[in-house]
Amino acid sequence: MEYLIRFVQQHETFRKPEVEALAELLKIKFRWVSYSDDTPFAIIDFEDTENPTKAARDLVSRSILVSKMYELWGRGTDFDSLHADIRNRTEHIWPDYQASTFRFEFDSYHGTHPNDEKWRLIESFSYMKFTGRIVMSRPENQFIVFEDYKLDAPKPHNVFFGREVAEGGRKAMNKYNVKKRHYIATTSMDAELSLVTANMALSAPGTIAYDPFMGTGSFPVSCAHFGAAVFGSDLDGRSIRGKKGRNVASNFKQYGTSDLYLGGVTADLTNSPICSGRFLDAIVCDPPYGVREGLKVLGHVKEKLQQEVILSNGVPAHLQSDYVPPKKPYSFVRMLDDILDFSAIRLVDGGRLCMWMPVAGAKEDPEATPEGLEEPAKEEPEAEEYAIPQHPALALVAESKQHFNKWSRRLITYRRLQDSEISQEALTAYGMQRLELQASNQTGETTRANDLNDFRKKYFEGFKNP
Amino acid sequence: MKLLTLNFLTCARKTCKTNPAAFPLHPREAELEQIEAEINPLLIQNLLPRINWEVLKTISQELGLPSLPESAPDSEDFMTEEGEPTQTLKDLHTLLMEMNVQNGKLVCGSCEHEYAIKEGIANFLLPSHMV
Ligand SMILES: [Zn+2]
Repeated sequence: MEYLIRFVQQHETFRKPEVEALAELLKIKFRWVSYSDDTPFAIIDFEDTENPTKAARDLVSRSILVSKMYELWGRGTDFDSLHADIRNRTEHIWPDYQASTFRFEFDSYHGTHPNDEKWRLIESFSYMKFTGRIVMSRPENQFIVFEDYKLDAPKPHNVFFGREVAEGGRKAMNKYNVKKRHYIATTSMDAELSLVTANMALSAPGTIAYDPFMGTGSFPVSCAHFGAAVFGSDLDGRSIRGKKGRNVASNFKQYGTSDLYLGGVTADLTNSPICSGRFLDAIVCDPPYGVREGLKVLGHVKEKLQQEVILSNGVPAHLQSDYVPPKKPYSFVRMLDDILDFSAIRLVDGGRLCMWMPVAGAKEDPEATPEGLEEPAKEEPEAEEYAIPQHPALALVAESKQHFNKWSRRLITYRRLQDSEISQEALTAYGMQRLELQASNQTGETTRANDLNDFRKKYFEGFKNP
Repeated sequence: MKLLTLNFLTCARKTCKTNPAAFPLHPREAELEQIEAEINPLLIQNLLPRINWEVLKTISQELGLPSLPESAPDSEDFMTEEGEPTQTLKDLHTLLMEMNVQNGKLVCGSCEHEYAIKEGIANFLLPSHMV
């Protein structure tokens, strides 16, 4: 039997990767029979599965973007072809359902029917001879007529009929609603996409996940919801420590997952205290875009301040308890590269890196158009897309986009390859390239945060053409 | 900060990365607090191969905790035949998941730099001359 997945019609490009991640985690094999970002209805078929109903339940029970899952009893392009298909697929099982309590419902995407027409349509299914009682609440079997309309079309172009077998995991969104969370900041990611990210990271009991830019802990909290042990770090220790008892630890307390919170440390990605062994199942992060202050890492651009600073009383400055280490500008692209390399070194085989990044930065050099040439056509993209960063040890699993009014960001998911799968040549070449990049950065004394960060520049220009 | 975390932390200085003396960091003046946690056999079973037993012994000894067995236990010894956690598992659970370092320092055995731990949060930010 095939199954119909009823997705929510939003965050479309996250939907397929989320279900695929859960299938990988649960070792469930299936194939997509039909899927499109333009419709909430997708059809799948399980492979090598003894109990497909159980597989269907397991697969979607913690999915955030699946509303419900149904046995697909039939499909067609109109009601005549639907009825013919239902007969064909399910006539032999009708007797199993004829005496049970049941209910029929419509799920019409971009469409609607007056009530009398609904009754007439439901009557057209009477050939299945369901004689059980019709009950509105908690029927033994819930049957749904799905209709898929193109916007403003008079008739649906696809109709399906299904029996409900499972519910997705969207209830968790309510529990993790940031409005009800003990400790948040303006940058805390919403519950829905944090939980999707945790699913993409294959969070599960017995695994360990790390967030190098944990902020108020949105991702670690979401990963712990699915049973992963978590820890994190942030360049700004104040975000971990919080204020007046509201802090990252208190969020875990709120959700009853303190047992899974290993701790948070104040640390910088470029001088990280995290051991280099392959011990992490997942790395999950939304790196700072440096919108307000520009990106920073530890260090100082002025050479004389790279020396130890001794105060007038002869005590080294860094031993003072209120010492704040200086920081220098850091390029966004360089940071992404550092995150990938960091991850390649620490993820276990098959471990995942889930990293958010803005889709586009400003054009490299807006003044570069030679004089005398026409202004570029208005349809031209306003900003240049950041390339998806690559690493020889990391395979790209999925790229999903979230759109805002004037910009968009994407979640990039990678899988750590086994060493035997990695091209040694590519790894060597990559290592050389990184060394060059680092060397060039050492001499970048005049670089300003603005030059270093296309996204930040564009943000202040209002994402407009220059 | 759960004691388990100490198994994954080393000196943040680049110059120390290649020096074996930089790992593990040595807890000094550490204030420990035991916070009860639900036993998580699967996690300990999965993490045991990722933990250096000698390192764990050192950390445990330096914190003045009961000494650990000479060699790492086998994860087959974690459950009794009745499916109950064994003392071996319970002891590891207490050590890794219930012991929390609340205050103190972590000292690098290579460069002797001290990283402060306050309210359970260790600070690994380095001054410019150490970056
Ligand atoms: Zn050191």
